[in-house]
Amino acid sequence: MIEAKHIIKSFGERTVLNDIDALFEAGKTNLIIGRSGSGKTVLLKNLVGLYRPDSGEILYNGRDITKMRINEVKTLRREVGMLFQGSALFDSMTVFENVFFPLEMFSDLTRKEKIKRTEFCLERVQLKDAGHRYPSEISGGMMKRAAIARAIALNPKYLFCDEPNSGLDPQTSIVIDDLIHDITLEYNMTTVINTHDMNSVMNIGDKIIFISQGKKEWEGIKDDLMQSENQELNDFIFASDLFKKVKRAEALNLLK
Amino acid sequence: MVLANFFEDVGKYVLLMKKVLSFPQKWSTAFRQYINEVQKLGFDSIGIVIIISFFIGAVIVVQIALNMDNGFLPRYTVGFVSREIIVLEFSSSIMSLILAGKVGSNIASEIGTMRVTEQIDALEIMGVNSANYLILPKIVALMTFIPILVVLSMVLGLLGGYFVCHFTHIVPVADFEYGIQSFFKPFYVWYSIIKSICFGAIISSVSAFFGYYVEGGSLEVGKASTNAVVISSVLILISDLVLTNLMMQ
Repeated sequence: MIEAKHIIKSFGERTVLNDIDALFEAGKTNLIIGRSGSGKTVLLKNLVGLYRPDSGEILYNGRDITKMRINEVKTLRREVGMLFQGSALFDSMTVFENVFFPLEMFSDLTRKEKIKRTEFCLERVQLKDAGHRYPSEISGGMMKRAAIARAIALNPKYLFCDEPNSGLDPQTSIVIDDLIHDITLEYNMTTVINTHDMNSVMNIGDKIIFISQGKKEWEGIKDDLMQSENQELNDFIFASDLFKKVKRAEALNLLK
Repeated sequence: MVLANFFEDVGKYVLLMKKVLSFPQKWSTAFRQYINEVQKLGFDSIGIVIIISFFIGAVIVVQIALNMDNGFLPRYTVGFVSREIIVLEFSSSIMSLILAGKVGSNIASEIGTMRVTEQIDALEIMGVNSANYLILPKIVALMTFIPILVVLSMVLGLLGGYFVCHFTHIVPVADFEYGIQSFFKPFYVWYSIIKSICFGAIISSVSAFFGYYVEGGSLEVGKASTNAVVISSVLILISDLVLTNLMMQ
């Protein structure tokens, strides 16, 4: 479980996060949604410790990352996996080496066990045959799956995903969403996903936090999303492609 | 404002070096990185060092021979002066300026691209000291391999001079050979090697600094690469002056 309390983050004069409170539960896919520029990525980077908030607390099962020393943060990060928007696979390494890398750096397993674990992770994301290929030789969807395999190599307790579907076609997006959701349940991880894709929200969102202009506007479960009376959230939801299609389908049915 | 930015950059550089100059988290991985960097920064530069040193060595001999056409000066002076130029300045300072262009831009663009594609963030998230993991092997590799390139450049420069004497007879080969052996001080070779090690540290650390702090996209990576070459070159020239004063007086 991760708890964010009164997070404020500014860049120069501009306040990007304004007193954000949020609770991200274990064993659930927690989604941060909002428009581009609303502060989602900054919030995620604060949660993961890449940015330090100006004030507020970020508690990982009660441990405040904002008050930790660098070495303590590094130790905590071994419990964290992250899927970046552009996958962030290491160009100079093959897919296999990318997944093997965190094991090589931090695992106490024998070399044979590390290889076995790498093969297991690649198999879990259905990439066993692509292990020898370089990131530049595989598709965007495969890169995301390889990044997921790398993120779960050390059995993390926390998984962060920054726009996991960006640049992917709708079918591949569903595959990635399902994979993240299944892995979350399998490892009982606290998963935090940053997205503006309503398909993902409806598909895998257990808990949803909507932020707008650096403020938390709404927090709740997927089933309550449609009953929300928050105007900004409603505007966001009904501006999405998914609901445009639903509206169009409804209109066509009415005409028939 | 400019001065404030300058001091801010100096402070960032010092803090980065503090992160870089620590013990590697895993020695075996660091050693493998070191070998890769020796290959990439050192071995891959041998070609350019050979070509430039050979031809510049030849041109130095031709220019000196043409400009020292004085009956009172012995012909072996051409060999002597050529050797002094090549050993004292060309093979260390000028070759380092050339390497700043090749190696410096390579380091800045590689690390800069890793920054903008979030590969450095990925390392940090894993708990890896990204500065130490990426930059230390480059600094150590260049500092340990640059003396080999400098000595190679000296040999090739003198060989270029020898060939031009042999084929054009601008200076008799025997006079040239006598000249390059006259009044030889082995310390000059060491002086050149020590200078080049300092230049290697400047090229690799300054270029890595510019790459590591890139913000933005490919345009900024290009700018960082250019800045890395320019600033490294200026620092090489300044430190050349300082080291020469310190070591030769």
